[in-house]
Amino acid sequence: MGLEEYKGVYVFAQQVDNELSGIAFELLGKAKDLAKDLDTDVTAVLIGSEVKDLADELAAYGADKVIVVDDPELKEYRTEPYTHALASVINEYKPEIMLVGATAIGRDLGPRVSARVATGLTADCTVLEIGDFPLVAIPGKEQKHNQLLMTRPAFGGNTIATIACPDNRPQMATVRPGVMQAIDKIEGAKAEVIEFNPGFTPDNKYVEIMEVVKSVTDVVDIMDANILVSGGRGVGSPENFKILEDLAEVLGGEVSCSRAVVDAGWKPRDIQVGQTGKTVRPNVYFAIGISGAIQHVAGMEEADIIVAINKDDTAPIFDVADYGIVGDLNKIVPMLTEQLKTVVK
Amino acid sequence: MDFALSKKHEMARTLFKEFAENEVKPLAQDVDETEQFPKETVQKMAENGFLGIPIPKEYGGQGCDPLTYVMCVEELSKVCGTTGVIVSAHTSLCCDPIQTYGTEEQKKKYLPDLASGKKLGAFGLTEPGAGTDAQGQQTKAVLDGNEWVLNGSKCFITNGKEADVYIVIAVTGIIEKRGRKLKEISAFIVDKGTPGFSFGTKEKKMGIRGSSTYELIFEDCRIPKENLLGKQGKGFGIAMHTLDGGRIGIASQALGLAEGALEATIEYVKERKQFGRTIGQFQNTQFQLADMATKVEAAKLLVYKAAMAKATQKVYSVEAAMAKLYAAEVAMEVTTKAVQLHGGYGYIREYDVERMMRDAKITEIYEGTSEVQRMVISGNLLK
Amino acid sequence: MKIVVCVKQVPDTKGGVKFNPDGTLDRGAMLTIMNPDDKAGLEAALKLKDEYDAEVTVLTMGLPKADEVLREAMAMGADKGVLVTDRVLGGADTWATSTTLAGAIRNLDYDLIITGRQAIDGDTAQVGPQISEHLDIPVISYAQDIKIDGDNVVVERQYEDRYHVVKAKMPCLITALSELNEPRYMTPGGIFDAYDAEVTVWGRKDLKDVDDANIGLAGSPTKIAKASDKVRKGAGEKVTLDPEESVAYIMDKLKEKHVI
Repeated sequence: MGLEEYKGVYVFAQQVDNELSGIAFELLGKAKDLAKDLDTDVTAVLIGSEVKDLADELAAYGADKVIVVDDPELKEYRTEPYTHALASVINEYKPEIMLVGATAIGRDLGPRVSARVATGLTADCTVLEIGDFPLVAIPGKEQKHNQLLMTRPAFGGNTIATIACPDNRPQMATVRPGVMQAIDKIEGAKAEVIEFNPGFTPDNKYVEIMEVVKSVTDVVDIMDANILVSGGRGVGSPENFKILEDLAEVLGGEVSCSRAVVDAGWKPRDIQVGQTGKTVRPNVYFAIGISGAIQHVAGMEEADIIVAINKDDTAPIFDVADYGIVGDLNKIVPMLTEQLKTVVK
Repeated sequence: MDFALSKKHEMARTLFKEFAENEVKPLAQDVDETEQFPKETVQKMAENGFLGIPIPKEYGGQGCDPLTYVMCVEELSKVCGTTGVIVSAHTSLCCDPIQTYGTEEQKKKYLPDLASGKKLGAFGLTEPGAGTDAQGQQTKAVLDGNEWVLNGSKCFITNGKEADVYIVIAVTGIIEKRGRKLKEISAFIVDKGTPGFSFGTKEKKMGIRGSSTYELIFEDCRIPKENLLGKQGKGFGIAMHTLDGGRIGIASQALGLAEGALEATIEYVKERKQFGRTIGQFQNTQFQLADMATKVEAAKLLVYKAAMAKATQKVYSVEAAMAKLYAAEVAMEVTTKAVQLHGGYGYIREYDVERMMRDAKITEIYEGTSEVQRMVISGNLLK
Repeated sequence: MKIVVCVKQVPDTKGGVKFNPDGTLDRGAMLTIMNPDDKAGLEAALKLKDEYDAEVTVLTMGLPKADEVLREAMAMGADKGVLVTDRVLGGADTWATSTTLAGAIRNLDYDLIITGRQAIDGDTAQVGPQISEHLDIPVISYAQDIKIDGDNVVVERQYEDRYHVVKAKMPCLITALSELNEPRYMTPGGIFDAYDAEVTVWGRKDLKDVDDANIGLAGSPTKIAKASDKVRKGAGEKVTLDPEESVAYIMDKLKEKHVI
């Protein structure tokens, strides 16, 4: 079968408890850009039980078509029936590009589906664009056009690689949540809805869900946080960490700290960032009242955006901060929290 | 001649380093500050086989060689001198003499529990009036029927009170040698809890403050006849041979302390700024570091050579003495320089080098002072 | 019970990342370690060994040097080690890696296969689920707890906001999270034994039911178009403003970067 038979940009529209996940809208936003470059349309694949009603919402965020696979076997996420559903959609409708969120579901589903349909999969992409492969034409070698170029960090964020999947279809990628932009909602938009059911027959690969336990422990791992509000000795006292906690809360982030704070007994070691603590790579790292000793910086310099607030303008933290603010954290932090409350829903 | 470590030894080093970083280093300051014997660490070391490294597998040990044991003490001491000496005293001063001089029954009875760390070992030679000079011994052991009766005391005993098994040196009679009356000295194995065996005061020390240093007191302490270690009258030789091994252990501790201080200093000088530059950019700092590193490397070669000698030679007194003499003096010098390069911070307890310098001093003193090591070395040169 | 644990030797990116003077990653200076998630998977297997007397085989694919992670695993308590190494297997992406490992596993008896969730060098989390697909067995990813119940495994499968208690019939593949447990240390004697033991070495010809089209660089559907070491970030902007202006400045930047 020729690769040219594969058409359209598809996204896996993840839903949990019959509520669409944010990543579904982010993927649609990106898919629209890609579809425009390829002069094709965007299809959302909606898998679940009694989820058909969600199709309009997907249309509002940019889906031209919605393929709904609706079956009681698909009520809770399980690898096998979801893999069967998505792989069957791919085999039936032959998309050129298949995007999946790099979530705890997508990072399980993506690889299993890619193995079943025998194509490549690029994980945790942060940039997706259409271009040529090889990027620069090599004499004697075919340069393919209109390829999906997938860029992702590797080696703990120390390198970046751009990857193509020139000889297999679909071109599959999982995409890091929070990176792509959803479009503004178009109220009243409608998509063509296609219902599809490949049939579900339980076999050895169907696992049994014995219990669903929501909202896991309150022990947070700062390594998983997208936003960290980190405090150093400059915060002044354990009580004053409250202003950091408030800021973290409004941003949906977590509080972490420097070694000095742990040594002073203000905070437990499991939220310590640095060489003797944890290495973190959040999207945003607020270094508040942290001087920025090497051992601390080693643990956080891979953050995408570093915002430092410190009253000492010679603090080494400013050498690594993207945005350094010389000033009084006691004034700035609470005011920032208040401002954010007005913008963040 | 091959200076490269085998893959086995490299991996063992990785293990000891990882354990030291994760389990020992976080407690080092506290152990020093509170003078608490690190019981939980000892328990963890026991679970991981660190207390039976050179003991053969048939006695429940790890079946490794002296070099592996040396690297263990070295890596532990890099982050905590106290933890290093606990393993050293246990292994070199208690397990080793039982393994070398014990009867099959004694080995079967004691080594498995010592190797697994179920029991901890210690060694009692020093007395208030007798250190390395064994003829000054006052503690007596008298055979009474099927029991030896011990009377006297031992001081500065590492792992004292915490240990379960003690190798004790005592006078068992007077012999005539070339017309001179000499004390006949023998070695014994004494279990903690034996009636008449108690502990005196705990010493408060300058360094290795978490190590438990006690006086041992024997008052009509009766132990079974079969607890005589080696032949009667051979105690002096046993003690000296045991100390040869012990000195390799202490040399490893000294080496570890020097390396730990050097590493901490390298990190520090890269970070600390004065006059707009890191102090590592000053030539004085660079040259000091070069000297420190060179001496550490020389000490390491001597210590590892002594460990290899213990594995392959019957007698290794000179190798052990040279390793201990040099490593201890290097430890003192390097830790002192480390404090100096840290400036005011080096004098503050928050910084590890302050503790390392205090810990290093003892390595020039115990298990034979540096002066005694020089006697051993020169005695061998001039014999 | 027989367990196969897949492990990978990776550069130690945590804490000890080394850079060249030009700001690029100095790979030569970085130590290699057993991938942390894989180590948690191994520990889970060793716990099952302690409890059920399971036999644990560790499997790795890599350069001959990857022998080290097998020795490490054996020094921790694994019974056997299998190294799959061959020039033709080099440059494999996750698809080619998973077909290769599946081809090796077909030669082994297993009730359970455990892999780490993901490797710290690639961070893809793909190889485990892909192996399970090739072997046509169930997969349970992101395991935070593993128990055995007769012929079944009962696993706590982690999601962002919940976990599922999932039961699957063996044989089954589980991907382990490093939060699953605290891996044990090697023992000194274990290290000596591991180096005295034999490690099985397999090449291309030893893989079972694997097509040449699916291995190595040539058999990898994904191709690298461009790779670059991320240039280390230097200092950004530094401002000294009064508090109100400072807050406005931060708000602007967060908006600009789509954080809010």
